[in-house]
Amino acid sequence: MTAPNDNANATRGISYEEPLSFERSRPGRVGYSLPELNAEERAALAAIPSDLLREELADLPELSEVDVIRHFTRLSTWNTSVDHGLYPLGSCTMKYNPKINEVVARLPGFAAAHPMQPAGLAQGLLRLCYMLERQLAEISGMDRVTLQPAAGAQGELAGIMMIRAYHEQRGEGRTKVLIPDSAHGTNPASAALNGYSVVPIPSGDDGILHPEAVEAAMADDVAALMLTNPNTLGFFESHMVRIAEIVHSKGGLVYGDGANLNAILGVARPGDLGIDVMHFNLHKTFSTPHGGGGPGAGPVGVVNQLAPYLPVPVVAKVAGPEGERFALDYEFPHSIGRLHANFGNVGMMVRAFAYIRSLGPDGLRRCAEMAVLNANYLQARLRDIFSVPYEGAVMHECVFSDKSLEATGVTTLDVAKRLIDYGYHPPTIYFPLIVHGALMIEPTESESLEGLDRFVETLLTISREAQEDPELLRGAPHNTRLRRLDETQAARRPILRWQAPSD
Amino acid sequence: MRYIPHTEADVRTMLDRIGADSVEDLFQSIPEKLQLRRPLDITAAATEQEVLAELRALAEENASSHTHGWFLGGGAYAHFAPSAVDAIVSRSEFYTSYTPYQPEISQGTLQTIFEWQTMISSLTGLDVSNASLYDGASAAAEAVLMALRVTRRKRVVVAETLHPHYREVVRTYLDGLDTEIATLPRSASGQTEVLAEAVDDTTACVVVQQPNFFGCIEDLESAAAAAHARGALLIVVVTEALSLALLRSPGEAGADIVCGEAQSFGVPLGFGGPHLGFLAARDKHVRQIPGRIAGQTVDSAGRRGFVLTLSTREQHIRRERATSNICTNQGLCLLMATVYLSLLGRVGLRRLAELNLARAETLKSALRAQGLALPFSAPTFNEFTVRVPDSGEAALERALGAGMVGGLDLRPFDAELGPAVLVCATEQSPTDRFETLATCLAGGAA
Repeated sequence: MTAPNDNANATRGISYEEPLSFERSRPGRVGYSLPELNAEERAALAAIPSDLLREELADLPELSEVDVIRHFTRLSTWNTSVDHGLYPLGSCTMKYNPKINEVVARLPGFAAAHPMQPAGLAQGLLRLCYMLERQLAEISGMDRVTLQPAAGAQGELAGIMMIRAYHEQRGEGRTKVLIPDSAHGTNPASAALNGYSVVPIPSGDDGILHPEAVEAAMADDVAALMLTNPNTLGFFESHMVRIAEIVHSKGGLVYGDGANLNAILGVARPGDLGIDVMHFNLHKTFSTPHGGGGPGAGPVGVVNQLAPYLPVPVVAKVAGPEGERFALDYEFPHSIGRLHANFGNVGMMVRAFAYIRSLGPDGLRRCAEMAVLNANYLQARLRDIFSVPYEGAVMHECVFSDKSLEATGVTTLDVAKRLIDYGYHPPTIYFPLIVHGALMIEPTESESLEGLDRFVETLLTISREAQEDPELLRGAPHNTRLRRLDETQAARRPILRWQAPSD
Repeated sequence: MRYIPHTEADVRTMLDRIGADSVEDLFQSIPEKLQLRRPLDITAAATEQEVLAELRALAEENASSHTHGWFLGGGAYAHFAPSAVDAIVSRSEFYTSYTPYQPEISQGTLQTIFEWQTMISSLTGLDVSNASLYDGASAAAEAVLMALRVTRRKRVVVAETLHPHYREVVRTYLDGLDTEIATLPRSASGQTEVLAEAVDDTTACVVVQQPNFFGCIEDLESAAAAAHARGALLIVVVTEALSLALLRSPGEAGADIVCGEAQSFGVPLGFGGPHLGFLAARDKHVRQIPGRIAGQTVDSAGRRGFVLTLSTREQHIRRERATSNICTNQGLCLLMATVYLSLLGRVGLRRLAELNLARAETLKSALRAQGLALPFSAPTFNEFTVRVPDSGEAALERALGAGMVGGLDLRPFDAELGPAVLVCATEQSPTDRFETLATCLAGGAA
């Protein structure tokens, strides 16, 4: 680790300061070019009575185009991103976002198409949606897919709504949903939005769900079991089939959270495991960018039994005199209804389609294989440094506890912040909740062997620092433009917008 | 595969370190009979050049404002986005990062959210905004859920003039909860009649759209008075966010929650998504707001910085007791809109709104000159309803024959209205085609 581009120097460089845009504002500056109104047009403004008009737009800045470009370019330098380097957020699958995806999503025929234009004028888009639905169905082993939900959490909401509609249709008023204690927070929140109460199911000592635990909780008033497979500890739920049988035998359905689908692409399919409904995260598994917090896309796959409840509209292929055409089908009398003003985040669908076409069946399987190889490699190399709370072969991610740090007084948060000094985005921390001081690492298939080795060396260094100089970690990060931020003060005295200084 | 760096030698080295014989061995925790023992039945991988050609061909099968004269709105608007917007959005520091959980290395995203919150608060006339929701329709549903929590009541009153897709989404979201939805009728003027007796002591909120689905500008003061008289909240939904630059702000008119769709601010139409849901509210309700919120704070050296805050509202902390299940939102679309609003600024945005109004009024004159009637007397912004002689479908077919997407046929949305089309004019609408559009809608050939 003595090369001139040593990793420890990764965050050293020029650091720009930049105020809020409002503070850069100068009266009279313009960043737009608009035509002047002619006399007739100016007269037309009287069409709206003046008492319906607003006074002035207070807090919008006046900036030149140069100002705006410099402002946001400087702001961008304060972010770290996948294109900077390893971004090992567990369960987020921060894989590389291919550049061709960005190019195709911007083609005017996609980007400038209007959601209300007649289906006859959107055949390419509808065809793409139709093909993507079928690709996702094949990849997951589900019978039907809707692309409408705008993110994973909305997919969960849609999935649980379909489960509820299914039970209601059968005249069954089930009231509970079973959720393992290792689940994402969106799972219980989605169940609650459907009026269900949540029954937590404990994971076994080996970090996976056991049939006995499900059997003990499963009853006639349980609508569904929601689980993530592979789970958030990185383990495959190997009792999956037996668990699904137990749930089905009491009339319940199984919801599969597809957040971790990347680990099993082309290797195993949720539909073959007894899962009745699942969501995909196109922004995780299918490489669409995370965008600083979205937009994502959360398509949902279902078994045939649940197809009548899919959200409308559904893309349909119809045979016509001029050959096959694509149409929007609203004739689903048992549909849960509409979840989105239009058809969901279509731009993400275009990107995911390009990705699946670029990888094909072999490439998708290769993703799973190399993602799992990377996670196992990290676990093998890091187990000398951090404690492994649950033993077992991991899939796409590995989780460590803070046990080995205890004597030093250093916390998981301190390790995360120190990683920043070495140019890494920290892993997911303090999740899953069942692991004390959890450090949850998902390298994805995008990372090379030498990249992983550098990361391991960095964690070794940090571990040594924790023993020798714990204060160094508690004060981290040191190399960033800002030091550790006071989150308590932010919540206690919320300042949620800029206020113009009073003269 | 160019996205995966592993060489066969790398794989061997890694397997040795792990202590596994083969990559296949790593999947042993998946029971043998559950493993897929065949390749996925999807088309084989294509080269980058082939994928691009395939997607270009699909793109060319769609109409857009690049291929047709465009007069279609109805909740999504064909506005012009300055080149600077995509230049910033294309910076991978923004688009390949994630939710700013680690504030020290996410200040770019966080400061952008804070600027957005400031702008949207100002535009809506309210105190606080969140960091976006999926789209206008789910934002309306989230606003209704928020009103149910704030008032602890169970009845919701929704204007019939709320965008029909939004009404459907609100219904979908409320379906699993013990609630009742009542509707407010449309008056002959095209506005909503907020009847005092429609709001009772069990009503959580009154929901109206400004301007409404038919383009008409609503009387928000009366709606606010009727809602507040019985302790209900007024939710104002905005699908054409540019109208906020011109019309009296809903907050000033008495709205408690303003939400809707900000696609107009530089976000591509994209066949309906990703768009940009927004939600703003009053300070006193801040802890019931759904979704992420950024707040100002200081670092350990006392310098200004930003973090995600008030997260005890959210699902990752509060789980089934969270204000919403939303996690990922529309971060990059928020960036587009913030760059857009920074470029247009306080003067430009107002001028653009005036231009839209002027274009729409000019188009109205052209339609009237062809003898077409405008059924509603209420003032409008950049979109309005026009009656056509035969049917909306036939009228739009004639316009299409002349190379124009002439508007939205209203028949599927309002059976009582008779043959009518919702027509929209923006700064991109071709003024030299107004007369042709009028001729087509009026029944003549172009």
